[in-house]
Amino acid sequence: MNVSHDFGIWVGALLTLCVFSFLYKDNPFYKFAEHLFVGVSAGYYIVLNFWTVIWVNLIAPLSAAFGGHLAGGPLHVEQGDYRALLLFPALLGVLLFTRLFPRIDWLSRWSLALIIGVFAGLKTTGFAQGDLVAQVQASLQPLWIAGQPWASFNAILFTVGLIASLLFFFYSREHKGLLGGISRVGIAFLMISFGAGYGYTVMSRVSLLIGRFQYLLEDWLRFHG
Amino acid sequence: MAGDPTGTGGPERLDRRWLFLVMGLLVFFPLLFPIGLPIEPTRPSRQFAEAIAGLPDGARVLMSCDYDPSGKPELVPMTKTALRQLWRKHCTVIVTVLWPGGAGLVDQTIEETANELRARGVSLVDGTDYVNLGYKAGNEAVMVLMGQGIKNAFPEDQHRRATRTLPILHDVGNYSSFTMLVNISGGYPGTKEWVQQVNSRFHLPMVSGCTAVSAPEYFPYLQSGQLRGLLGGMAGAAEYERLEGESGPATRGMDAQSLAHVFIALCIVMGNVVYWGRRRRGGA
Repeated sequence: MNVSHDFGIWVGALLTLCVFSFLYKDNPFYKFAEHLFVGVSAGYYIVLNFWTVIWVNLIAPLSAAFGGHLAGGPLHVEQGDYRALLLFPALLGVLLFTRLFPRIDWLSRWSLALIIGVFAGLKTTGFAQGDLVAQVQASLQPLWIAGQPWASFNAILFTVGLIASLLFFFYSREHKGLLGGISRVGIAFLMISFGAGYGYTVMSRVSLLIGRFQYLLEDWLRFHG
Repeated sequence: MAGDPTGTGGPERLDRRWLFLVMGLLVFFPLLFPIGLPIEPTRPSRQFAEAIAGLPDGARVLMSCDYDPSGKPELVPMTKTALRQLWRKHCTVIVTVLWPGGAGLVDQTIEETANELRARGVSLVDGTDYVNLGYKAGNEAVMVLMGQGIKNAFPEDQHRRATRTLPILHDVGNYSSFTMLVNISGGYPGTKEWVQQVNSRFHLPMVSGCTAVSAPEYFPYLQSGQLRGLLGGMAGAAEYERLEGESGPATRGMDAQSLAHVFIALCIVMGNVVYWGRRRRGGA
C-alpha cells in the first residue's frame, strides 16, 4: 500500500470520511463538510456560468460587435452572428432582476413569459414527436409472429399489461366487475414496474457508495486488490 | 448502539446503524478481496456495443456527456469504454456537456482515456481526432440550437479555442454531419431530451448509457427502436467492459454491488416477516 501524496486526493478523502461520520450521528466534522460543499458549489457555479454563459454568449460578441473590427458593423446580422441584436436578450435578462424591487417587479413578467413560452413549446413538440407518436406506434405490434413463440408471448404479455395498466387509470366508472378485474391485473403490472424501478434505484445508490470506497482504496490508499 | 425509535420490542429494536455497518462491510471487503462473481452481458448492453461496432471506420460521432460528479461511479467507466471503442475504430469524437458541474470531470475523463491510448502508441490529437466543446447552458434549447449549427452553439471549446479554427469541426454543420449520437446521461437534461429534441426530429441514430435510477424510464425508447442500445448503471457499464474485454472500475465494483443487493433483499424479507408477526400479534 502506497498512500497518495496528492494534496487534493487527501482533501477529498478526509471530506468523504467527514460525510460518512453522519451515519453514526450528526457531528461537527459532518457540518464542516456540508457547509464547505454548499459554499464551494455556489462559488463554482457562479464563476462557471459567468465564463460559459454570460461572457461567451453576451459580453464577448457584444464587444466584438461594437469594437469596430467586424465587417458590416454592429447592425449586420446573420444566423449565428446576432451582434447588436444581443442587446434584447441582455435587456430581458436585466428585467428578471426587477423582481427585487416591488414597485417595478411586473417588468420581470416579460422575461418569464418568454422563458415559459419557449420551454413549453420545446417540451410540447418534443414530447409529441419523441414520446406520444413514437411510443403509440411501437405499441401497435403483431400478437402472433410465426415461428417465434417467445416473441409472440412477449407481444401478448406487453399488450395485456398495456391495456390493463391504462384501464387502471380509467376513473369514470367504479372499479367493479370486469373493469375491477382488469384493473387488478393492471396493478400487478404497475407493481412489477415499481419493483424494477426500486431495484435500479438501489443499484444507483449502492454505486455511489462503491465509488466513494473505490476512491478511498484506490486513489487515496493506492490499494489495488 | 442502543436505541429504539419505534418504542416496541423484538427485532424492531434493531438500531439502523447496524444495517449501515453491515452494508459498509459488504461493499468494502469485495473491493479489497474480489470474489469474481460472473457478469453476463444482457441484450441492451450487447446492442450498445454492436451499434458502435457497426459504425464505419473513421465515422464522426457526437458524444454528449450529461452528468456531474454524482454520476461518476456509473457513468465515467462507460464513457471511457465508449471512447476506447470509438477510437479503436478511428472515429472522430465531438463531446458536449449539458450539466454545469460536469465540464471538468468530462474533460479529465477524456484526457485520461486519450493519454492511456497514446501510451499504447495510438495517435490522438486534441482538436483533430477529438474535441471537448465543454458546457453550454440552455438544456433543450442548446439541442435545438445545435441543429442550426454546432459552431454557432459552441463558439469556443472547453479550452477557450475558437471552434471555427479547429480542424475537427472544419466541415461540421449540424446533426447531419454525424453518424451517431452517444449520450451518457445522469438525468435531466439527458437521454429523454435528446430523444425528444434530436432523435425524433433529426433522425440521428442514438445509443445511451445512463444511471441505473433513470434506466427504467429509457427502456421504452429501446423497445421502440429510438435507442439502438442502452447501458443501465454500473451493471450496464460492467457488461460493456466485459464485452470489450476490459476489467475496469465497474467490473471491480460488481461483487460489492451484488452482495449489497442480496443484503437489501434479505432486509426487505425480514422487514415483512417482522411486520406479519406484529399483525398476527395484533400490534400493527
